[in-house]
Amino acid sequence: MFIKHATIERNAILLLVLALGAISVGGLVEIIPLFTIETTVEHVKGMRPYTPLEQEGRDIYIREGCYLCHSQMIRALKDEVERYGHYSLAAESMYDHPFQWGSRRIGPDLARVGGKYSSDWHYAHLKNPQALVPESLMPHYAFLADSALSYDNITDKLHTLRAVGVPYTDEQITNARLDLETQANALADPAALLARYPKAVSVPGNAKTVTELDALVAYLQVLGTEVDFAGTNEESLQQ
Amino acid sequence: MASTAAAADSGLPPVVYNDDVVRKFTIAAIFWAIVAFLVGVVLASELAWPQVNLGLSFINFGRLRPVHTSGAIFAFGGSALFATAFYIVQRTCHVRLFGGRALADFIFWGYQFFIVMAALSYVLGFSQGQEYAEPEWHLDLFLTVIWVCFAIVFIGTVMMRTEPHIYVANWFYMAFILTVAVLHIGNNIALPVNIYTAKSYNIFSGTQNALVQWWYGHNAVGFFLTAGFLGMMYYFIPKAAGRPVYSYRLSIVHFWSLIFMYIWAGPHHLHWTALPDWAQTLGMAFSIMLWMPSWGGMINGLMTLSGAWDKLRTDPGLRFSVTAVGFYGMSTFEGPVMSIRSVNALSHYTDWGIGHVHSGSLGWVAFISFGAIYYLVPSLWNRSGLYSKKLAAWHYWIATFGIVLYISSMWVAGIMEGLMWRAYDSQGFLQYSFLESVVAVHPFYVIRLLGGLCFLSGALIMVYNLIMTVRSQRTNPGIEPFSGAMPVAAE
Repeated sequence: MFIKHATIERNAILLLVLALGAISVGGLVEIIPLFTIETTVEHVKGMRPYTPLEQEGRDIYIREGCYLCHSQMIRALKDEVERYGHYSLAAESMYDHPFQWGSRRIGPDLARVGGKYSSDWHYAHLKNPQALVPESLMPHYAFLADSALSYDNITDKLHTLRAVGVPYTDEQITNARLDLETQANALADPAALLARYPKAVSVPGNAKTVTELDALVAYLQVLGTEVDFAGTNEESLQQ
Repeated sequence: MASTAAAADSGLPPVVYNDDVVRKFTIAAIFWAIVAFLVGVVLASELAWPQVNLGLSFINFGRLRPVHTSGAIFAFGGSALFATAFYIVQRTCHVRLFGGRALADFIFWGYQFFIVMAALSYVLGFSQGQEYAEPEWHLDLFLTVIWVCFAIVFIGTVMMRTEPHIYVANWFYMAFILTVAVLHIGNNIALPVNIYTAKSYNIFSGTQNALVQWWYGHNAVGFFLTAGFLGMMYYFIPKAAGRPVYSYRLSIVHFWSLIFMYIWAGPHHLHWTALPDWAQTLGMAFSIMLWMPSWGGMINGLMTLSGAWDKLRTDPGLRFSVTAVGFYGMSTFEGPVMSIRSVNALSHYTDWGIGHVHSGSLGWVAFISFGAIYYLVPSLWNRSGLYSKKLAAWHYWIATFGIVLYISSMWVAGIMEGLMWRAYDSQGFLQYSFLESVVAVHPFYVIRLLGGLCFLSGALIMVYNLIMTVRSQRTNPGIEPFSGAMPVAAE
């Protein structure tokens, strides 16, 4: 073209600079507009940050690699919407650091699993999936019921999440430990928790210690339940 | 130990190459290949019979899968790339590795340390939760240091070259090193919870995080598993065939169009999702266009054998390399097909994707590496040839049979899953529960396991063959048996 290729292949720095240019264009053109186009994330009612217990459960979901078998992204296809519910919105994962859309369904999609089964079902199923679903391929997670949840870091976690953009209030961060213990105890009064985090589901737990299983079930029970679809229509969801 | 290149025919003074680090990385590549294939076989068993998980947290499918993927891509593939990059860059630049022996050894031990720590961290329950980028922030930082050293050594060697031109294989290695650095940093910008814990949160969330992840993920394929290995193709096929690269012009077009277009293709992992349509469409368009540069490279590799096809009968290493280029052509056609949105509606989330990945990773990445390893080991250890060509032929046929079992079972399983999930009965209801699709794929999971076992068995035959090669009689100490004129591109 403008310069002979022989010039480029005799000059390592020139080759590198041109290669850097070639590999930068695509990424910049695709990624930057996602931050600047305002409709990328729809404006919907109901989205709130995760409760401290849900966030701990989410961290366990990531630790155990659940995303390698379960997606959390209902595609805008007829059969998926009928099987799993309303297609997933970008807004529904806007507080997800990192996103957990997944790439493979060895098990079913979990984007709207919240409220679909009772918490008791989840406890039994996670401990021994084949007891409830004999043909299931899922590993056993009984060890989560025996592990006390370590939540010494919960205040730091919420601070960090606020730093990367999740709108936790000072009140939510101050009460993180209290909220976590309240949600893991079905006998505790959830009024203050619900005021800070609407629709939070308390899990039965064992009243003595908060287990990792309690946190995971609390997380599963909130998935896909936050958005108020009554106030939306196709036009308002246009990206 | 260093060997002296026979430089009489090129008229240049002899150069003492640093082959010690190449030997170390070659051994590491062979070792990690076995580990990665073995863990793959365990995972395939867990999917066929979930009891194999044994209820143990550290070998549960979810924690073990990253060990397999990182083991295959970064441990086996990465070590093979380091070995060949250091071997090729010294010979095509006709200069000893830049930076001295200590730096090269630091790269080797540092990279191996990273691999071991990453694998341990997965089974102990540390993960960033992003595919192929699971290591937590402290390991990411450590890898960045190793990678910068790699770039310094490789680019330093290129800059000190005594040949006026930079050989085409080195263009690909340079693009690979540069782009993987950009991708690794871009996708791992995370804020640690505090300085004392491994846990961190990525600064991106949701849709933006998804696109950055697949910009990274797809180009890990494009630059780690493609560009680097194309560097291998551009060196070892001409060397083993004793022919120049088919077309110099095609190399140029191949290189620039491939690296420009690959970067755009990421969004095809996010079709029909909450990623805006314009981004999906861009990703699809570039994925389809990518078919052309990919096949340009395939043609350049295959046509290099013009006039030397008979060597496929006698050189088992070359047979691996050429079959690899064939699989490369097949998966780079399948990929663009799967990136079409309507095809992707069927194929996404299914085993078709798993099959596609393995036709690329087993057929292309592993085979081109085996070809290079069969060439490198006799060369690096000064042996006249392999211990047994017959065993190499057994490896070839068992591994090829394994790949065929693997990818055909995954095609059937994947397309069946896709069709069952969208099937409606005569009354307009969904015909199958999700569970019925799980039950239906069981026989194919068993066939996939058999395919994996074949591939592992073939690799074990290779290990035996290579050990016997190294233990055999040394030939002409000090003279590199395979050295000859540098491969040059035909004008």
